[in-house]
Amino acid sequence: MTAITENNVMKTIVFRLLDKEYAIEVDVVQSIEKLLLMTITRIPGVPSYVKGVINLRGMVTPIVDLRNRFDLPEMEYNDNTRIIIVNLENFDVGLIVDDANDVIDIPANALESQPEVVGSVESEFVAGVAKIEKRLLVMLNLDNVLRPIRNVNADEN
Amino acid sequence: MDTNQYLEMFLEESKEHLQACNEQLLELEKNPDDLAIVNEIFRAAHTLKGMSATMGYEDIANLTHKMENVLDAIRNSKIRVTSEILDVVFESSDALEEMVIDIEEGGSGKKDVEKLVTMLNQIEAGNSPLAVVEEKAGKSESEEMTGGLVYDDFEQTVVSQSVEQGFNAFELKVILRDDCLLKAARVFMVFEILEKAGEIIKTFPTVERLENEEFDSQFTVVIITKEDAEELKAKVQKVSELEQAEIRPVQFQSATFEVATTMEAPVTDPVVQPVKQTAKKEASPTKRSNSTHSANKTIRVNIDRLDVLMNLFEELVIDRGRLQSIAAELQNAELNETTERMTRISGDLQNIILNMRMVPVETVFNRFPKMVRQLARDLDKKINLEIIGAETELDRTVIDEIGDPLVHLIRNALDHGVESPAERIAAGKPEEGTVTLRAYHSGNHVFIELEDDGAGVNRARVLKKAIERGIVSEEIAETLTDKQVAELILSSGFSTAEKLTDVSGRGVGLDVVKSTIESLGGHISIESKEGQGSLFQVQLPLTLSIISVMLVQMQKEIFAVPLSSIIETAIIQNSDILNAHNQRVIDFRGKIVPLVDLREIFDTGLPEEPEELKSVVIVRKGESLAALVVDSFIGQQEIVLKSLGNYLQSVFALSGATILGNGQVALIVDCNALIK
Repeated sequence: MTAITENNVMKTIVFRLLDKEYAIEVDVVQSIEKLLLMTITRIPGVPSYVKGVINLRGMVTPIVDLRNRFDLPEMEYNDNTRIIIVNLENFDVGLIVDDANDVIDIPANALESQPEVVGSVESEFVAGVAKIEKRLLVMLNLDNVLRPIRNVNADEN
Repeated sequence: MDTNQYLEMFLEESKEHLQACNEQLLELEKNPDDLAIVNEIFRAAHTLKGMSATMGYEDIANLTHKMENVLDAIRNSKIRVTSEILDVVFESSDALEEMVIDIEEGGSGKKDVEKLVTMLNQIEAGNSPLAVVEEKAGKSESEEMTGGLVYDDFEQTVVSQSVEQGFNAFELKVILRDDCLLKAARVFMVFEILEKAGEIIKTFPTVERLENEEFDSQFTVVIITKEDAEELKAKVQKVSELEQAEIRPVQFQSATFEVATTMEAPVTDPVVQPVKQTAKKEASPTKRSNSTHSANKTIRVNIDRLDVLMNLFEELVIDRGRLQSIAAELQNAELNETTERMTRISGDLQNIILNMRMVPVETVFNRFPKMVRQLARDLDKKINLEIIGAETELDRTVIDEIGDPLVHLIRNALDHGVESPAERIAAGKPEEGTVTLRAYHSGNHVFIELEDDGAGVNRARVLKKAIERGIVSEEIAETLTDKQVAELILSSGFSTAEKLTDVSGRGVGLDVVKSTIESLGGHISIESKEGQGSLFQVQLPLTLSIISVMLVQMQKEIFAVPLSSIIETAIIQNSDILNAHNQRVIDFRGKIVPLVDLREIFDTGLPEEPEELKSVVIVRKGESLAALVVDSFIGQQEIVLKSLGNYLQSVFALSGATILGNGQVALIVDCNALIK
């Protein structure tokens, strides 16, 4: 998460959920898709934050709604809603976010460990925070946000 | 030389040649007099030697070289094929295989082959009882008799250049008397004479071995000299304790230089070299007629590339679907025509791409004959393995998985199925047991059957054990059919062998076979007649990447049910539904079948208006059935199976997903999970 490039800045993609801004490293981002252009196929028997799967250029890719994942209030998807496709080590997942339109370089010294309370987002999901000018960016720990879903059993039904 | 880039090719080809070796060796065992087979093996060994030497794997080159010598001696009737010779050659080819695998796994390909090399040397030197055919000599000058001498390129060049410059090149074979006491001394004397006459360029065995008396009673020297044969021979024969000396000019089969007439000698065992240059050998017409394999017009393609091709093609199919719907909307004649053509062409393309991924099941079967031979020996049984339908094709993905289960089944058949020769004779059967491995296509499936004429499944013994192990209760045991009893041996925790053997009783039973086959979407069944043998039948899908499904609709969602699980579809009336213990069931052709409402399992919601009629898909898992309730059937379709990925690991009752023609993802129902 905190790999710093040679000149000590980290390139990040910044997206918005509710009124907060979050950042993930640009290296893990494969692409950003417009949600309304995608058809999501629901998957029965998985946690509610997994919205289903989409056909991403021939690959079946699962989609996670980050608002749901972070227990934020739901919102109708609109023209700004984006799916950020991230490549983790073993799998690709799409993240549904309110908006994504910024690439920001975060200097290494701007990154702080997370304060005691950062809004309502659970602390294990947060890798740190960065203050850039007047914006507060929350760096996400994607490995924790996207723990593989296994052994979803019949007792779900 | 940087040989890394050739490594992959080397490995592939080495395996191929070793496989050819093994197959032909087995053939040779059956027809020891068929020299055409020896030629085939020789060719394979020879190529392997050349390749490994180039790649710098000396142990492989060394061992193949010795193998080649022995084969060459066989080929030229110097030694006869015996089972002890074959055993050594088999062992050598095993060692070669190990080395090749070692290289593949990143090792150095080194292995101590000294023992094998020594054994091969001994065979070659004629130490085996039936070795040297000396009697038929004399008249055989014109025949191409071959000894152990192999000339490398350098030696060949030296010989041919000397001949061009007017020297004679002779092979001098010296046979010492049996009672000769000081062999090394005699050798020394012969060498002394020869060194005065010319230059010795090669000896067999090597000088070192000669000095240490590590040879039987004969040795061969290659000499380049100005003297003529008779002169030289006369000189050599002056050495005492010499049985005889034979001399003849060096000859290459490729005839790169004039062959002088063979010198007379009282008894000759003329020695001609096997040809080093494969190209030249291939050019000789007699050799070609011996060859049974014609060069295949194939190229090697990495399976990953085929996967990429397949993925790209799938995207094309999806776009094709879109194009079709656009064309239907626009009603433009030209557009329609083009779209139709494209549809046809892409259909053909799909067949070709799918076929490219098909591999003959032979690639799995071809290791079995050797395994059976070895096992039969270990078990002291006589077993003949028949393979039928090895050309049957299966998808690469299935091929990769099916090997181990089959090995397990074969071991089981050999160990527990076929009886010992004594028991067989007592039972009035031929001493040799027959195990038949059969593969064939039927519909969308490939069947692989393993049949043996052994003892069959002993009902009483199996039941006793099954009850002991708590697999069935005594009451149920009474009611089971013979087939059901036979299939008990597939249950976990079952092993019928009275004593554990290292052949097939190592704790993992046939249940592993069963679960592997089921995980491939296949099915295994056993038919057995006590005293007459058993038939294991494995049914496998043709491919794991493209499957036939029935698309069904539930509210707005579309799901796919694999046709391989479907028995049939039906429309039932509400009044047909019965209740048994909180479980709704229907009477389906006299069978009570539990009703599973897929719309509840998958949470799709139920239709607003209560239905009079229900659409059901009857599916099976082994012998059990279930009736899945859906809203409606859409139809049958071939789809490309896609995994849900590593993020969604094991989702209940779903085995994967597919992309439909309109680009949407549809989920594939895992019927096995729905049937208890």
